[in-house]
Amino acid sequence: MEPIQKLTARAVPLRAENVDTDQIIPARFLTAVTKEGMGDGLFYSWRYTREGEPKPDFMLNDPAYAGAEILIAGRNFGSGSSREHAVWALTDYGFRCVITPGFADIFYNNSLKNGLLLAPLPEDAVNMLLDLVEEDPTTVIEVDLERQTVTLPDGQEHHFEIDPFRKMCLLQGVDDLGYLQSKAEAVAVHEARSPY
Amino acid sequence: MGKTLFEKVWDAHVVTQDPGAPAVLYIDAHLIHEVTSPQAFGMLRERGLKAHRPERTFATMDHAIPTRSLDMALWPSDAATQVRTLRENCEDFGITLWDIEGDVQGIVHVVGPEMGVTQPGMTIVCGDSHTSTHGAFGALAFGIGTSEVAHVLATQCLLQHKPKTFAINVEGELGFGVTAKDVILAIIAKNGAAGGTGYVFEYRGSAIRKMSMANRMTICNMSIEGGARAGMIAPDETTFEYIKGRPYAPKGEEWDRAVAYWRTLVSDAGAAFDRELTLDGSKLEPMVTYGTNPGQGVPVTGCIPMPDELDDAAQRRSLFSALEYMGLKPGQPMEGQPVDIVFIGSCTNGRIEDLREAAKLVQGKRVADSVQALVVPGSKAVKAQAEKEGLDRIFSEAGFEWRGAGCSMCLAMNEDKAGAGKYVASTSNRNFQGRQGPGARSLLMSPIMAAAAAVNGRVVDVRDMLN
Ligand code: SF4
Repeated sequence: MEPIQKLTARAVPLRAENVDTDQIIPARFLTAVTKEGMGDGLFYSWRYTREGEPKPDFMLNDPAYAGAEILIAGRNFGSGSSREHAVWALTDYGFRCVITPGFADIFYNNSLKNGLLLAPLPEDAVNMLLDLVEEDPTTVIEVDLERQTVTLPDGQEHHFEIDPFRKMCLLQGVDDLGYLQSKAEAVAVHEARSPY
Repeated sequence: MGKTLFEKVWDAHVVTQDPGAPAVLYIDAHLIHEVTSPQAFGMLRERGLKAHRPERTFATMDHAIPTRSLDMALWPSDAATQVRTLRENCEDFGITLWDIEGDVQGIVHVVGPEMGVTQPGMTIVCGDSHTSTHGAFGALAFGIGTSEVAHVLATQCLLQHKPKTFAINVEGELGFGVTAKDVILAIIAKNGAAGGTGYVFEYRGSAIRKMSMANRMTICNMSIEGGARAGMIAPDETTFEYIKGRPYAPKGEEWDRAVAYWRTLVSDAGAAFDRELTLDGSKLEPMVTYGTNPGQGVPVTGCIPMPDELDDAAQRRSLFSALEYMGLKPGQPMEGQPVDIVFIGSCTNGRIEDLREAAKLVQGKRVADSVQALVVPGSKAVKAQAEKEGLDRIFSEAGFEWRGAGCSMCLAMNEDKAGAGKYVASTSNRNFQGRQGPGARSLLMSPIMAAAAAVNGRVVDVRDMLN
């Protein structure tokens, strides 16, 4: 996993609540046995018509937002299915951070395990950000993980919460598996006394 | 102060916890399927790791497999590739596989309990959010992502933050024609699709105590639709009765020891919950969803809300976009809404009890001409039992298609997809945009409500047919 410290990037506004993982990546893209190329299916039904033509009014198809690395959306983002493919689709497409008023639990866990930074901000702040980047797609936002802040071009700063352990993992680019393997002794003790 | 059921199970599984870090939680049973596991085995191979306790992982095939034919030569190549990949992975890592070629296969959350793998007091995970189903046995069961599937395979552990507790009390006697599905849809409609985020539900109260294991599984199954990763019900005689004699159930003296322990798995009288919600079961009615998240549901006798009845702007926006997708109008009554497809199945309502109820309703009747109806049993065992009881004939004679076991139109990964714009009366758990096929419009309801919709070609109040 690549360490993340700070991200300075443009953002795409997605004005929708309860964006579920079926929207992020529809089930028909789950047939892969590897992670590569998952970004092609990202928001597929919103991005393309049934004939496979890009829908011009969907934000990701707007050239003004090409290359943006931050996604801003409404509350309860990532609800529904546990598919980690949703995170792989976002990162494969090029997103490195998602800002919303709140995330669904499984999606939250999956994201941080894949180095996708999630910044939950109060709803007012998110709405303001949405207005800002809708009005001016060139707006550059700075997300600083060390300081846990989202900073706007005018210097306005918003604080976001992140669990200290997850923060440490992201900053150092370490993953859970190595950590769990280091607990083998304690695991053996548990196994010796467990009835299952 | 006493402990809640959740706290008892949680505490018994914390292996260790460093200051400031999440707990290392031991996992007793791990279920896997063809769709969310391949990349996890990939991660193990990359690092040259073996499965730590391969005998505690159980695999089956359900999500992508076609339900018309088990002949893989007739399948789309990607589903066949996933099935072959799972076979190889199970072989290489020494994992028990309930293959489509054997007689145990089915939806992972139907098969686990059937085999007796699911037991009270366990921690159970699967790369599937409806793992919450197993909480019906007093297990702590939740869905995980693919990286976590790799963690469990390699170490039998996960890093987890302790969730908060949320008691949901359903008291009183459920009305005639009101099912477990209606109870959970009503809970989600009341508490919201994100209302349980960060919590584990414990379903309690006299209405829950009276329920069969099948009904308790229906309730726990949809905890995730209410935002909670897990939902639990304290085990009791109904639970023990269900487990006894199943292939992986403890036997002899071990059984007695197990039951003695299981009896301690109840929330203590003085235990405090972080939140609590109480519903009067006797006031509930059959429910139907009208929107694109499972919280957007109303009693069948009700109407779709008007935007100005909703408190905040985000909810109104959500309603507008849902109704636009669904082709429905604010204020429209649910009764009378035409349906094109009826799907009876899924890990929510694909058990033998569900099929029996639905069959009773359609017996001697015909599916409306305008409707395509299918029944997809939750497992091969459910299918075999139904055929023994002649339910397959009742369904076929009424004009339903009778299929093989799998997820099917619950998530439309195989060829069972509803067409764009079609209304699907569905016993599954998710009404997200495109969930049952690109552009498809799901109306979630109970098996008897779905059966009634099939016969009438539109949403009706099933109680009118039961009289
Ligand atoms: S039946 Fe539906 S909800 Fe259940 S496991 Fe299969 S796809 Fe998931």
